[in-house]
Amino acid sequence: MTRDEAFLQFLLRMGDNTLILGHRVSEWCGHSPVLEEDIALANTALDLIGQTQFWLGLAGEVQGDGKSADDIAFLRDVWDFRNLLLVEVPNGDFGRTLMRQFLFDAWHSIQLGHLMKSSDERVAAIAEKASKEVAYHLERSADTVVGLGDGTEESHRRMQESLDYLWPYVGEMFQSDEVDAEMVAAGIAPDPASLRDDYDALITRILADATLTIPDSRFGHKGGRTGKMHTEHLGHLLTQMQWLQRAYPGSNW
Amino acid sequence: MKNEWPLWEIFIRGQHGMSHRHVGSLHAPDAEMAIKNARDVYTRRNEGLSIWVVEANHIAASSPSDKGPLYEPSESKVYRHPTFFDIPDEVGAM
Repeated sequence: MTRDEAFLQFLLRMGDNTLILGHRVSEWCGHSPVLEEDIALANTALDLIGQTQFWLGLAGEVQGDGKSADDIAFLRDVWDFRNLLLVEVPNGDFGRTLMRQFLFDAWHSIQLGHLMKSSDERVAAIAEKASKEVAYHLERSADTVVGLGDGTEESHRRMQESLDYLWPYVGEMFQSDEVDAEMVAAGIAPDPASLRDDYDALITRILADATLTIPDSRFGHKGGRTGKMHTEHLGHLLTQMQWLQRAYPGSNW
Repeated sequence: MKNEWPLWEIFIRGQHGMSHRHVGSLHAPDAEMAIKNARDVYTRRNEGLSIWVVEANHIAASSPSDKGPLYEPSESKVYRHPTFFDIPDEVGAM
C-alpha cells in the first residue's frame, strides 16, 4: 500500500464517519421530542455534513481523478464506505441517538485534538475548524446523557439499554491496521489504539455522572472502517441518502 | 402541562450591540440547557456574542390595563425630552 493509498483510506474513514452520522442525525429533523432539540440536532447534522465536504473534498484531491466530495458521497456503494459501524446503526429512540452521539463525540474530539498537530497542513486545518464544532457537540451530548441517565426511572432504563446495545460498536474505533501504521509513520494521524486510555477516562467520568454502568466486555464488532462487512443498515440508509442523484444523475440546483 | 420544561426568555447581545436584546423564548430543563438551546435556536446565523437567559416566571411585568395611569401623563410633558440641548460628540451613544 502506497502512502497516498493509505492517506485516501484515512480520509474516507474520517469523511464517511461524519457523512453517515450526519445523515442519521438529520433523520430526526421534524421528529424530535421538543422543538429545541430538533433544531440542535439539525445543527449537529449540518456541522457533520460540513466537515464531510472537507474530508471527502480532500479525498477527491488525493485520489486525483477529478471526483468531487458529492461524487464520493452519492455515487459509491456500500462496500466502498469506510465509516465505523457505530454511526450507521439505526437511531432507535432519542436516548439511543444521544448515547451514540456521545460515544462518537468523545472519540471524535480526542481524534481531532491529535489531527490538529498533523504533519499534513490540510488535515490540521480541517481538524482545527471541526474541533470547535465537535467540542460543542460533546458538551451537549454529554449533558444530555447525564440528564437522561440520572433522570427518571424510565429515562435511566432506556439510557442503560442504549449503552448496552451500542457498547459492542465502540471497540472498532480503536482497531489499528496497516492504513493506520502508514499514517502514524507519516505523522499524519495517531494510532487509533493509542486513543483508548483518554477515551475510557472521558466516558467513564461522564457515564458515572449519568449513573450508568459500562458493560464488562471488550468484544467489538468490526468491518466498517475497513469496508469488509457493514451492517445491513448501511444499504438501506444509502437508498434514502443517494436516491436523488441515482434517479436524476447530475441533478443540480 | 406539568411535564413541560419551564419557559425561558432569551436575551442576546449582537456583534455590534451595546446591550442585550430580547429575541424570543424557549423551553429547557435548567439554565445551562437554556443557554445551549438559545445558542442553537437564536445564534445559528452568527448573531450573538453573549447570551442571557431568565426563567420567564421571574419576570415581573406591568399590566396592560394600567397603561392609562402609567404612560399617558408623560405625553404632555415635552420638556422632558433632551432635544433642547446640544450633546457633545464625546458623550457617545446615549
